[in-house]
Amino acid sequence: MNNKLTLKKALDKLNDKSLTLEELYNDINSSIESQNKKLNVYLTLNRDAFETANTNLNKPLKGIPIALKDNYCTKDLRTTASSIILDNFIPTFESTVSKNLKNSGGVILGKTNMDAWAHGSSTETSQYGRTLNPLNTEYLPGGSSGGSAAAVAADMCIASLGTETAGSIRQPAAWCGVVGLKPTYGRCSRYGIIAMASSTDSPGPITKTVEDSAILLNYLAGHDPLDSTSAQISIPDFTKTLNLGVKNLKIGYLYKDLKGLDEITKIFSEQMQVFETLGATVDVVNAINPKHGVSVYTIVQRGEVSSNLGRYDGIRFGKNRSNFGDEAKRRIMIGTYTLSKGYADQYYNTAQKVRTLYIQDFKKLFKTYDVLISPTSPGYAKKIGATQGQAMFGELEDLLLEASSLSGLPGISIPCYKDDKTNLYLGMNIVAPMYREDLVIQVADAFEKATKWNRWRN
Amino acid sequence: MNNNSKKNISSQKISTAQIIHIANLAAIPITKVEEEELRLAFEQTLNTIAELQSVDISNIEPTHQVTGFENILREDKVNQENMFSQKEALKNAKETHAGYFVVPRVLTHE
Repeated sequence: MNNKLTLKKALDKLNDKSLTLEELYNDINSSIESQNKKLNVYLTLNRDAFETANTNLNKPLKGIPIALKDNYCTKDLRTTASSIILDNFIPTFESTVSKNLKNSGGVILGKTNMDAWAHGSSTETSQYGRTLNPLNTEYLPGGSSGGSAAAVAADMCIASLGTETAGSIRQPAAWCGVVGLKPTYGRCSRYGIIAMASSTDSPGPITKTVEDSAILLNYLAGHDPLDSTSAQISIPDFTKTLNLGVKNLKIGYLYKDLKGLDEITKIFSEQMQVFETLGATVDVVNAINPKHGVSVYTIVQRGEVSSNLGRYDGIRFGKNRSNFGDEAKRRIMIGTYTLSKGYADQYYNTAQKVRTLYIQDFKKLFKTYDVLISPTSPGYAKKIGATQGQAMFGELEDLLLEASSLSGLPGISIPCYKDDKTNLYLGMNIVAPMYREDLVIQVADAFEKATKWNRWRN
Repeated sequence: MNNNSKKNISSQKISTAQIIHIANLAAIPITKVEEEELRLAFEQTLNTIAELQSVDISNIEPTHQVTGFENILREDKVNQENMFSQKEALKNAKETHAGYFVVPRVLTHE
């Protein structure tokens, strides 16, 4: 079944003509037809995908079908951000990252379900119903890029794109047993992506292998004059650090003694030993308690949400504000409150100062360590319905990712253990200094190739 | 990280009147049932983030943007490629009139 190919293998086979686009799209389309109704992965399919693919054979990505989270504005293709406010919104322009993808020969296969407006870590806030975890349908896929992670896990695409403010690429990747790469803030343009928290939003790939993420990032990244926070910094070939190994690298093991992780710490610590056998040194390091990150992220993100969602007035596009779901209402209003006169200092300004403390802490740690590693999520995927009555479900699930996201750092989540009883995976989160995706890729690739946890590699 | 001189603001109470006021500021229509749900969600969230008051932030500057970029400017030139035609700009509007967006009336005759 060609839908199970990795991006690299599909490209190789298209190159040596042992695979045709017709064969590839037939298998992808049948896997969507047989699974989408149950899993609720795609909200919109691009009916022209195959036709478009055929015009892209001479470009580097050769017409490969890629799933996009439904918060990338795609010209002439419905974009809802999983909110009924945008139920009939057809963008008249293209986001820069999806434009980069198209220009490189990638084809948008469809738009995937997500938490509405990217508010959440479960897809349960989607106004089009939750997505189910393809590894075990009693469980959630995580989020907010849950549909994109599930699309990869269920081989309903070759690779996908997500976006992350703090966990939204890596946490669903961990819960679905796939690879999720969150680039440095500013590495990939935010232009045309429906804004959640503008100071941390980062588009990036969700793929079957680390190599696939490296290949895709090569085509997505780059300075964009339409996003003034996008970095004017040269783009390395991100595949260059594949196969380099981790010999002599210094790895900091983060959050080992954190309460609440006890259940997975033993398993995770065993996996960390892999790096020692590969020639790296691993030290348990102390960092500022990540629980403050939950608070900082909650305040900063809800503040930015209240501002960014002000534009949905139902006049120029979309439906009016009475159509916001419960989660969006909560976030907009809490943001309005914490930014309002008399409270801004107590909440917002305090949060931005603690953010500085995290940035300083990471800078200090990176003087000694090349990368920092922790579990991606405090545990395995949660069961469907787990978000009920939890106003801060996502923030608490993303406990281990918020501090580094607020600091703009790149990170990757890769599968690092499988529980045979539930068929669910644990994710390993690898973080490096700003603009050092190359290091993140190098370390993740070494672990992936030395262990049995990647389903597509083994 | 502890600084005991900071006031403790845990178990924060929010009134229904405050919820109605904030909903009005944010232009979010809410129902009676939602007022209470939102009030409880506010308290749950505010009580969780209250722990931040224990962090010592004296002499620390805030970070609003991690890139460190300043004054990102561009040539003041028209970018034809990135312009909407009037038709495109109006394409997703619920109601238009003679090439304009129709907005809700805010002024009324006495």
